[in-house]
Amino acid sequence: MTITAENPLVRIEGLHKFYGQHHVLRGIDLDVNRGEVSVVIGPSGSGKSTMLRCVNLLETISAGRISVGGKLIGYRDVKGRLHDLKTKEIAAQRREIGMVFQRFNLFPHKTALYNIMEAPVHVKGQSRDAARRRAMELLDRVGLSDHAGHYPSQLSGGQQQRVAIARALAMDPELMLFDEPTSALDPELVGDVLNVMKDLAKSGMTMIVVTHEIGFAREVGDRLTFMDGGVVVESGDPREILANPKHPRTQEFLSRVL
Amino acid sequence: MDSHQEKHEAPVVLNNPVPVRHPGRWISAIIILGALALFLQSLFTNPNFRWDIVGTYILDTKVVQGVAWTLVLTVSAMVLAIILAILLAFMRQSENPVFRWSSWAWVWFFRGTPIYTQLIFWGLISVLYPKITGGIPFGPEWFSVDTNTVITATAAAILGLGLNESAYLAEIFRAGLKSVDRGQAEAAEALGMGKTKIMWRIVLPQAMRVIVPPTGNETIGMLKTTSLVLAVPFTLDLTFATNTLANRTYLPVPLLIVAAIWYLVITSLLMVGQHFIEAYYGKGVDNLAPATINPAAAKAAAAVAPSAAAEPALKMDLPEEEAK
Repeated sequence: MTITAENPLVRIEGLHKFYGQHHVLRGIDLDVNRGEVSVVIGPSGSGKSTMLRCVNLLETISAGRISVGGKLIGYRDVKGRLHDLKTKEIAAQRREIGMVFQRFNLFPHKTALYNIMEAPVHVKGQSRDAARRRAMELLDRVGLSDHAGHYPSQLSGGQQQRVAIARALAMDPELMLFDEPTSALDPELVGDVLNVMKDLAKSGMTMIVVTHEIGFAREVGDRLTFMDGGVVVESGDPREILANPKHPRTQEFLSRVL
Repeated sequence: MDSHQEKHEAPVVLNNPVPVRHPGRWISAIIILGALALFLQSLFTNPNFRWDIVGTYILDTKVVQGVAWTLVLTVSAMVLAIILAILLAFMRQSENPVFRWSSWAWVWFFRGTPIYTQLIFWGLISVLYPKITGGIPFGPEWFSVDTNTVITATAAAILGLGLNESAYLAEIFRAGLKSVDRGQAEAAEALGMGKTKIMWRIVLPQAMRVIVPPTGNETIGMLKTTSLVLAVPFTLDLTFATNTLANRTYLPVPLLIVAAIWYLVITSLLMVGQHFIEAYYGKGVDNLAPATINPAAAKAAAAVAPSAAAEPALKMDLPEEEAK
């Protein structure tokens, strides 16, 4: 387990986010190493989802820099001056980053199989046969190979989220972002999704996981970051933080959720 | 567990309640059926309907040609309007302020002036612009043609109807695009899709569920609005044909009935078409059983061979992609 970041896959430096006058993120620094599972917790409104959404530019970055694999996200640095990337260039950067949403956001007019095949075929230009084979492999991996022909409305929340994970994996990303992936699920369906995420972590995928699942953080997380009020309050080894939170705000939050 | 099982195996005695009586339904049925009977009786007994004349002219060459022209105008104007409306709706959502403003101004103008006025205008276009000239603005000319040879009465009618309709449809399309959850575009963006692909493959197909019913309404409206093309003047449509025959025979009522019958027939056919289009775009959302695959069969297939279970699912999907 690496806590020191020599050559991190993701580097977030001095990230600020404003919505008009509202200062949501107030200078976030976070490094995520290759193969690391970085879990982010915090009360709602703490800015943890906003930070995650900045990493693949679903939110614009007001100040600071994010780089993934050494490449600056959203900008080109020309002699110290930042230039906005074109929409196409941003799309290309997003292909390397998979994202799983709280509300799944599967395409309701496509079956599970075609949800997964959509991006490989229409973004990467893979052949239908290759994409179909890969999609079936992924469905098998998330335990849903007999649901390939089902539309999202025919699947439970947990099944939909597993298809959503498979959909993101189909692009072979080097980084996976999870935005409260189990928060919209019935309690008995949470386990299946977490198991898929655990398997993914074991396979060496780099993951940033915004969640309320403290158990997942303890068991799978390599690093735990507690955010509150738009800043990182405490960050380090999950087991250590969960056992001995140093900051009073972390203590207060954990006493409420544990 | 065992007592549970036994409970289920005991014969179930269904409740057999006395239903609530609905005398209002019987009374309303008597009143409405009575009125209908009187009306039907008048249809058969009132000689002024002149059903013999209706029979003579319903398949008259002029009338059938009028039906064909009315269909041509309706379909061409709607196709033109739909193409323009998609463009206008996309422009209205664009980040480019020039596009947003142009789209708004187009809708403002074509929705804000009467269709009759616009049709007369298109008929008079050659008075305003006698020649259409190609070349560099304020520079040399490459070619020049008479406006009348390009914008015939048919072209003027289709342009007039289509451009006016595009303004209404643009608003319908805009509402449809707005009805799609923002998370859909976000999910597609996160997969690295470009803006155009997101629009055509993700947002628009879902928006169609909202767009199709009012567009069907507009198509049926267009069918009847074509009767205004005499303003151009275009003189081959159904209403003009039946009016001409009525004036010649001095029998307006039976020829109005002829026109009404044809309009009703076409409207009914359009409604059937709309039903199928709605079903197509509603797939995955409307009228879906919990599972289209028989769960028992799927389970049995899974028991035999794990890979076989996926087969029927795959086959189910094929038509969707092959249709493209």
